[in-house]
Amino acid sequence: MDGPGGRGAGAALSRREVRAAARRRRGRRGFAIAAASTVVVLGGLVAVVVTSPGWPAVRETFFSWPDFRRAFPDVLEGFWLDIRLFVVVEAAVLVLGLVVALARTSRAAALFPLRLLAAVYTDLLRGIPTILLVYLVGFGVPALELTGVPTDPVVLGAAALALSYSAYVAEVYRAGIDSVHPSQKAAALAVGLTQVQAMRHVVLPQAVRRVIPPLLNDFIALQKDVALVSILGVVEAFRVAQIDASSNFNYTPLLAAALLYLCVTVPLARVVDRLQAGARRARGGVEVPA
Amino acid sequence: MTAVLEVTGVTKAYGDVQVLRGIDLAVPEHQAVALIGASGSGKSTLLRCIDLLDDIDDGDVLLDGEVITDPERDPIEVRRRLGLVFQAFNLFPHLSVLRNVVLAPVRAHGVRGEEAESRARALLARFGLAHRADDYPDRLSGGEQQRVAIVRALATQPRALLLDEVTSALDPELVGEVLDVVRGLKESGMTMLIATHEMGFARDVADEVCFLHDGVVAERGAPERIFSAPEHPETQRFLRRVTASSGVPLR
Repeated sequence: MDGPGGRGAGAALSRREVRAAARRRRGRRGFAIAAASTVVVLGGLVAVVVTSPGWPAVRETFFSWPDFRRAFPDVLEGFWLDIRLFVVVEAAVLVLGLVVALARTSRAAALFPLRLLAAVYTDLLRGIPTILLVYLVGFGVPALELTGVPTDPVVLGAAALALSYSAYVAEVYRAGIDSVHPSQKAAALAVGLTQVQAMRHVVLPQAVRRVIPPLLNDFIALQKDVALVSILGVVEAFRVAQIDASSNFNYTPLLAAALLYLCVTVPLARVVDRLQAGARRARGGVEVPA
Repeated sequence: MTAVLEVTGVTKAYGDVQVLRGIDLAVPEHQAVALIGASGSGKSTLLRCIDLLDDIDDGDVLLDGEVITDPERDPIEVRRRLGLVFQAFNLFPHLSVLRNVVLAPVRAHGVRGEEAESRARALLARFGLAHRADDYPDRLSGGEQQRVAIVRALATQPRALLLDEVTSALDPELVGEVLDVVRGLKESGMTMLIATHEMGFARDVADEVCFLHDGVVAERGAPERIFSAPEHPETQRFLRRVTASSGVPLR
């Protein structure tokens, strides 16, 4: 039987099928154009680079396979220290940042000094270059020769990174807490919760969910900045690569280290993209097809 | 007989705006008092002040004969004895319907988890929400959300329930189901102070109607009298305006 848009005998396609076929054709044509233009542009770029007079020297200095093979195991071992540092510092940052954020958002009069300290903490530590802070803590603290205070540069470097990043993360948390509508707190108080319970069970869970994408962005930045502990003489991936590069006059080991960082930061960045897209959808935004 | 709730000479200003200029009213046990009045007449403010979410400037609020607006008093203990339902529901979006309902009994009243849960399920079932227990609020219709909010307020067995324009944020076809719930509560003997724009509902359910105007109770009385023969010129004007805009005469 013919639909409302059917034309004559059963051989004719319905309007619906015609439209679907046209859509498929458009899709295929778009894909073909994108693929062709990619091949032309990228292929052209590669051709220009590879045929340029300086290319052999560049390849020798930055993309030397023998150098890569020689240095990679040591760089990888150094990178394992980066990973461990990152995980420990990140955990410390998440806790410390939350404590500072809660201190800053507290309203009780008795907690005013705490609020003041938290404000000074975030202002100071965000305002100092991380590399300066790492240097200051890493060399300054051992110089005090205090008993019971660690002098291990790995520990001190990690502490400096935790101080610096917890200040950023505290501000992220605070933005999240402020973004929860006051009516949520009113509802929590109205059912009989205390101020602390309202924060713990109603405001914070919503705040943390909202700030996961920005928190992950700070994770990515931290993952890279872990390399800063190398200025304290800690032999992590960047330092290993640097030593190898300067003794062999070849920069390939540094590219190997860069590759390892990318292996962690790029997937993290994709996770952030997905979470942000998810958050947009959850807010009721409409996705417009390109 | 002392009233469950008594409000005497309550005043409240936000900055330069004097919202309440001396409110007096009482809600006896098992009775429902309706607060009517134009938007901005202070109905919501009064309810928030009674639940100690806002400080009053002068006057007193009494719960079972006890002054609860004493600034030295612990507001948390008072709020645990009252229930407040908001115009915009204010459900906790990160918690399931069941968790919304059990949060206060468990955290604020020390009820054991399992017991609070079984009571919550029974209460949800009573209001036709049993099948929604494990859903999150954003999956519910506005009417369902507001019914859950009412269940949440009831879960702590409050002495009195404060309802702040509980149907104003609802699509017209969802108003009825929420009003039916409130009618049911009235029949079961709940003491209620109800701010509302639904005049027909106020007429049905209230034992007394208070018309708020310019920060005071300008007129009060039995609903039949207020709606059929209002005396205060502002009450007359308000009721004329409300019936004209809704297009339906008062039942």
